[in-house]
Amino acid sequence: MVETEQAPRRTNSGPGRLLIAVYLLFAIAATSRAGLQIATKFDEAPVAYLLSGVAALIYIVAAVGLARAGHAGRRVALACCSVELVGVVAVGILSLVDRELFPDETVWSGFGSGYGYIPLVLPVLGLLWLWRTRRAPA
Amino acid sequence: MDPVNSPVDGLVATVPIVLSLLVAVWALVAAVRHRPPDRVQFVGLAVLEVALLVLTVLALVAVGGGERPGEPGAFFGYLVTLVCLPPLAWVLARMEPTRWGSAIVCAVCLVAPVVVVRLQQTWEVLGG
Repeated sequence: MVETEQAPRRTNSGPGRLLIAVYLLFAIAATSRAGLQIATKFDEAPVAYLLSGVAALIYIVAAVGLARAGHAGRRVALACCSVELVGVVAVGILSLVDRELFPDETVWSGFGSGYGYIPLVLPVLGLLWLWRTRRAPA
Repeated sequence: MDPVNSPVDGLVATVPIVLSLLVAVWALVAAVRHRPPDRVQFVGLAVLEVALLVLTVLALVAVGGGERPGEPGAFFGYLVTLVCLPPLAWVLARMEPTRWGSAIVCAVCLVAPVVVVRLQQTWEVLGG
């Protein structure tokens, strides 16, 4: 059962499928959390909850992009992973500098520390995987 | 924090947590050895799902009996998520009959115990 690592892999198979699974888990976690926060206590921290909502949406779109692979799917995934990486770093820095801005936790606060820093690692892995499969058959 | 009042405490939560971690370790070993998901992983996922359904039924019975979780919205959110996890792992592992399928089972089985613990926290937030 030794795999041929050299063979070009499709974006949505092998490690890519694991990536999709983790993206799906984060999509579920972020969506339900953001949905609940926006529905029940939006006034307490509108910025934080809207951000959670945006993050949730990006996780969903990224998962779909990775799963569909192909040219368009890869572009969508590339855009999502980039936005995610910028977002998690920016929000991480902002939440350290100005605690007032995010009175309640978001997925990206403290560089994703509430989620085992996976939100920080995930876009990097996504970008690496997109890079490694850049010549893969669509 | 009175565990007697919580329907998601004790053995009913410990069994799925331990089971999930066992399946995770088994799947990790398989992934490291370049093995696709085997029968043990699928049976493990099925047994885990049964354990989680038992947990769900007991929680719903408690709610039906008039007890209320501390954060109802979050509690039921976690509950729904929890029972969806093993089927998700199952489907993705079936689609990926390589070592990465085992890695998916491992990842999902590491998440499930966290969700069980969050479930307990959202029940007890009012102090039991």
